[in-house]
Formats: sequence, C-alpha cells, structure tokens
Amino acid sequence: MKKSALLLPSRRSVLAGMGGAAALLAAPGLVGRARAQSGDVIRLGAPFHRTGIGASYGRWYEQTAKAATALINEQGGINGMQVELVIEDDGTDPKRSVEVMEKFSAEHNVDAVFGTLFSHVVAATAPRAGELKMPYFICSESHALASGAFNRYVFQPSITDVKSQVISMAPWISDNLGKKVTLIYPDYAFGYDHRDNFTAAIEAQGGEVVADIAIPPTETSFTRYFPKIPFSTEVIYHVMVGPGVLTFVKELGEHLGSQGPELFGFIDSLEAVQLDIPQLSFLEGSHFWEGNPRYAQADQTDFDAFYREKVGVDENGAAMGDPKNVSTYAHMFSVWETLYAMKAAMEMADYKGPDQKVAMLEAMESIQGFDASNAFPQGQKVFNGKTHQSFGHQYISKVVDGKLEVQHTTSIEDTFYPDETDYTKMSF
Amino acid sequence: MTNDRKLLLLCLGVLAILFALQFVLSSYLVLALTRILILSVFAMGYNILMGYTGLLSLGHAMFFAAGLYASGLASYYWGVPLGWAFLIGIAGSAVVSVIIGLLALRTEAVAFMIVTLMFSQAAFLATLHFSKITGGDQGLTLPTEARSFDLFGLVLDMTHDGTRFNIAFTVFAVVLLLTYVATRGPFGRQLVAVRGNPGRTEMLGFNIYIVKLMAFTLSGTIAGTAGALYGLMFGYIGSSFADFQNSIQPLLFTLVGGPGTLLGPLLGTALMTMLIDRLSGLTTAYLIVVGVLLIVMTLWAPKGILGTIRDKWARWLN
Repeated sequence: MKKSALLLPSRRSVLAGMGGAAALLAAPGLVGRARAQSGDVIRLGAPFHRTGIGASYGRWYEQTAKAATALINEQGGINGMQVELVIEDDGTDPKRSVEVMEKFSAEHNVDAVFGTLFSHVVAATAPRAGELKMPYFICSESHALASGAFNRYVFQPSITDVKSQVISMAPWISDNLGKKVTLIYPDYAFGYDHRDNFTAAIEAQGGEVVADIAIPPTETSFTRYFPKIPFSTEVIYHVMVGPGVLTFVKELGEHLGSQGPELFGFIDSLEAVQLDIPQLSFLEGSHFWEGNPRYAQADQTDFDAFYREKVGVDENGAAMGDPKNVSTYAHMFSVWETLYAMKAAMEMADYKGPDQKVAMLEAMESIQGFDASNAFPQGQKVFNGKTHQSFGHQYISKVVDGKLEVQHTTSIEDTFYPDETDYTKMSF
Repeated sequence: MTNDRKLLLLCLGVLAILFALQFVLSSYLVLALTRILILSVFAMGYNILMGYTGLLSLGHAMFFAAGLYASGLASYYWGVPLGWAFLIGIAGSAVVSVIIGLLALRTEAVAFMIVTLMFSQAAFLATLHFSKITGGDQGLTLPTEARSFDLFGLVLDMTHDGTRFNIAFTVFAVVLLLTYVATRGPFGRQLVAVRGNPGRTEMLGFNIYIVKLMAFTLSGTIAGTAGALYGLMFGYIGSSFADFQNSIQPLLFTLVGGPGTLLGPLLGTALMTMLIDRLSGLTTAYLIVVGVLLIVMTLWAPKGILGTIRDKWARWLN
C-alpha cells in the first residue's frame, strides 16, 4: 500500500472499516461478555462517576471501592467467594446510568449494584433497579429514598441523608453562631432540600431565615447576589456546588471582607479542593459540615488510621505523596462502608448466588446497625430497615490554620426524624 | 422498479430485521436496541429539519423534554392512563413546536441556531425553576401503578422487556413510515427545495415560511414523541433531558448516519450508542475516541455513512 493511501484512505476503505466496527459492536458475545459461572464469585456492579460533573468524586469512589474489595478478598471474601468489581462509567448522567444498570443486570449478571452518588442520577436509576429486581446500594445523601420515593431494592446503609444532616446541626448553629441566617444555595432540588429542611430546623430552635438566595446553576459570577444579604444576618449558610464554586467562595470573601457574619458551609463545596490556598484564606475561622473529617484529628480512631492507610490518603486528606491531589474524604467512606454492609447482609443470608437475592435483602432490612470498626471507620451506624436509610454521627469543623478541626460531633439520635415510609410492606 | 419503491422495500426489510432481532440478540442487546429505537425516533425528527430542510437547530432537547414532561406530568399528577399520557406528550410537543417555530423561523442560518439554543436553555432553566412541579434536577419517578396500561383489554406492562421492545418498535415503525410518506410526496420535495434554494422556491410561488414552519412542527413533534415514549417507558422525568447535551445528541446521530437519508438516523444512533456503550467499559477516554471518529467522518464521509453510499452507489437511498 502506498504511503499516501495509508494517510488518506479512500471513502470505500473508511466505510468498510466502519462496517467491520459496526459488526463488532453489535455482535453479542464478542466484547465484554466473558463471565465466570454464577456461584464461584460475587460480582458487584459499580457505576461510578468517572466523567461528568461528579468526576472528582468518582475517581476517589473507585479507588476506595477497589481498596475495600481487595481487603475483603484478602480476608477470605464473602461466604468463601471472592468479590469481583465490574466498574462502568455512568457519566454522572441519569440517562446513561439507566443504561448502565441494564448492562449490569442483563450482560454482566452482577449480584448487586452500589456506589451512585449524585441524587439526580440515583432518582433516574432506582426505579429501573426495582424493575430489574437488582439490589441497589446508593451512597448519595438523597432524602428521596427515606421519603418513600423508591422501592424495596434500594438501600443507603452508610451515608446519612440531607434531612438528617441538617436537622442535627441546626441546634449547634443556633447556639454557637447565631439565630438569624441567610441561606445561599443552588437554584435546584439539592438546594431546596437544604432550604426547606434547614428553615424548619432553625425555626424549631427559635431562629429564623432572614433571607434565602437561590443562585441559578448557569451562573458564573456571583457578586450581584451578595448585596441581598441583610445587615441583620448573623450566619451565612452556603451549600454551593459545581464548577463555579471556587469563584463563588472567592467573591463571597471579597464582598464580606474581615467583618462579615459567621460562615457555615457544606464541605461538598470544597471536596477535592485544597483549603490552604490564598484564594480561600478568608475561610479561616469559618465552619463546615463534614461527613467524615478530612484531616486526621488529635483523637483519631485506630479505625480511621487503618482506613486512611488502605485507601492511600494521608493525614491531610490528600493522596499519599501528592498533597495537591485532595480526596473526597467527607463522602467516600460511604463506598467502603456500603461494601461491608452488603457483606454483612450476604453473610447473614448465607448468600451463594442471585437465587438468594430476596433473602439477602430481607437480611439487610433486619440489620439494626453497625459498630465503629475497620469496616465502619466513620463511626457507629443505626440502620432503619423500614426506610432503608442509615443514621450516623455528623461532624462540624472549623478552619484553623488552613485545616479543618472538628468542633462538634452530633449524636446519632440528633439525626433521627419520624419514618416517612415502610418499604417492608412493599412486595419484592 | 422506481427509486421510491426500492427505498420502501429497504425500509420494510429493515423493519423485519429489527423485529426479528429480539429473538436472536442477548437480553442486554434487546434492551440496548429498545433505547436505540427510541433515540432513533428523536434523530428522525431532527433529520426532518436538519437533513431535509437544511435548518440546523441547537435546541431540540426542548421538544424532547416537552413530550417527556407533558406525558410524565399528566401521568404523575392526574394518573392519566399511559396511552392517553403518550398522546398528551405528542400534543404538548406539537404545541411547543408551533409556538417556538413561529418565533425562531423569523431568523436564518447562524441566528436561527442561536435562537433555538436560547429557547432551549430557557426551557431547561424553567424545568429547574418550577421544580415544585417538575422535580427539577432530581426529577420525578412515576408511580408503580403508572407502569402498565390496558389496550383494548390487553394489559401491557412497561417493566417487561419484551413489551418495551415491541412498543418502541411499533412507534419507530410508524414514525419511519410516516417520514417516508412525508418526504416522498409534494411536501418532501418542498422541503428539499427550501434546503437547496429558498429564493428560487419562493419565486416559484411557495410560501417558504409556512413550509419551514410545517417542517419545524413535524420535527419537534416527532422529537417530543420520542421524549414521551422515553419518560413513560423508563418511569422517570428530569431536567437533564432538557439540557444542551441532549440537543447535540440527535445532531451527532444524524450527521454520522447521513443527513437527508431516511435510515441514516437509525444507523447513526445504533453506531454511536453501541460505540459509547462498549468503549466506556474499556476506557475513561471514550469520548476522545468518539471525537476522533467524528473528525474522521467529517474528513472522509462528510455526508454521513448512508449519504456517502447514496452519492457513490445508490442514488435512491435518500
């Protein structure tokens, strides 16, 4: 073949090549279908956010899942069977996530699926999981599960939901930072969850929301919103997320200067972001919610030290040997703990294969909770089998010398609220 | 045999093969084919406007979402039976298409692209703003009782894979044959005339604004039909279906398959969907591979796969 033909193939050869590729793509059994026989391994589908807006989380969720799986397999697996992860990228996209769920069910024939974080992705995927009768363990903080929006196949056995987090922290904010609160939140459902739950919670403490400022997700500059913050504000509660969040925090700092009200934020805004950078210096002295403390604390548990070492994170919450590669430490524990929760349920049900899915799910519903351990390094959990939701400690941390120091740990009881559904009354 | 008859026979042959595939393919590929058929309907709608009429819209997610929300909200809030909800979805997208078309078609070329993009972004933000009704970004999950419906005494369960495939296939077949009829007759020739030389078409006495509006409405309504079907079939409606990415998708499917060809959207959708599906399991850089392939297509097959085949070997394949 002439060199020019290699560089500039004819239309005919391009079309022929495409035809071949199409046949390869469509042919069943050729790609990605190699599978061990049922019963010799436990296969778990892991739809992580490798790309899209959740990519910074997805990368660490994957690393955490691999570390936990390796450890479980070192310890003998589950019921004598090794655990195999089947990882797919859901693109942080609801549509793609549904496709991936179908792929896990019909092509990979996994035993269960776990690990989805973003709540809109969960909302699209959970109904399909129920239709496919696929156990689906989410790590998302979404209140939709505990409110009864999903089905009997969906569980959240590790991370708490937004409602729990907000109601447990409102008393501390009211007692320590102030009672007149301005809320700044993204103008979509995640922000509304915070607005609605926090407004009720702070009012129950005798406080009030003096202003709530919703910012559209397409916004790239935020300065025009800050004059709406009333002078009477004692606390600014901010929960911004997304690509513009660093700009938001920087502009908020420039607007407030050094004499502003107290700041209370959710670490979601700054997960995977270094705190000790000049642009964020004004956060010194402000407070954050953390699901799990990013920085190793003075009273660090042996469990946290063990978990930190296994997932390759140093005492500052960054990758070992790469201090700029900051983890999503406040959230990613949920992947580790969820795997161990699934292991516990499978062992209770003496799970050997997909025929025992229902027994495994019933075992999960019967679990009352988990003690703090290497398997549950974030702390003790109380699990509600009716709502399929876990309850645990919340951490309120203060930025001191560019690091987060835990100031207050809520009790688990602080996170409780009345049951809003009972999935055990639903059929499988 | 006339060219139109050849094309009709090809379409019928393709439909026969698609129907038979459910008995041959693995269960996952049947599920994948179900999605491909729905998204092909979306792309076929887009093709009416872009491929046949030469109007490049960057806002078709708006029509997909109009069908999705009209049918989904009717089912969610009022418990409308699925069959009626589907028809409401089609009607809703038709109304939105007419209104947007009346305004957007006052512009041309790049301005038309920008206006459709702006309307689409406004629609996307509206789905977020009215989240108390739409569920916003988290969306709404249709209740279990809205997952089946009665068709003349026959209960069709939308959670059953076979039922889903055959409903998707039926809608696809109807839209394909409708598109065949629409593009073969006088209306189809007017569309092509507007694409080729709007000035001359006007001089011949045709009202090209009306022709464009009819194409725009038909295109948006077919896109909305896909949206209604998608929402009811998967039991979820959410604002991500109205975002910009969802407007680009049918454009890519049509470009790859062949704009202005009847079966191009199906081919493009199938290839792109399976390519992403397979590559995403192998590498996180799958979108780069897709991008490179699109560049290759643009360089060596700018009229898409079927468009190139038509130009080289089969003039009747349009």
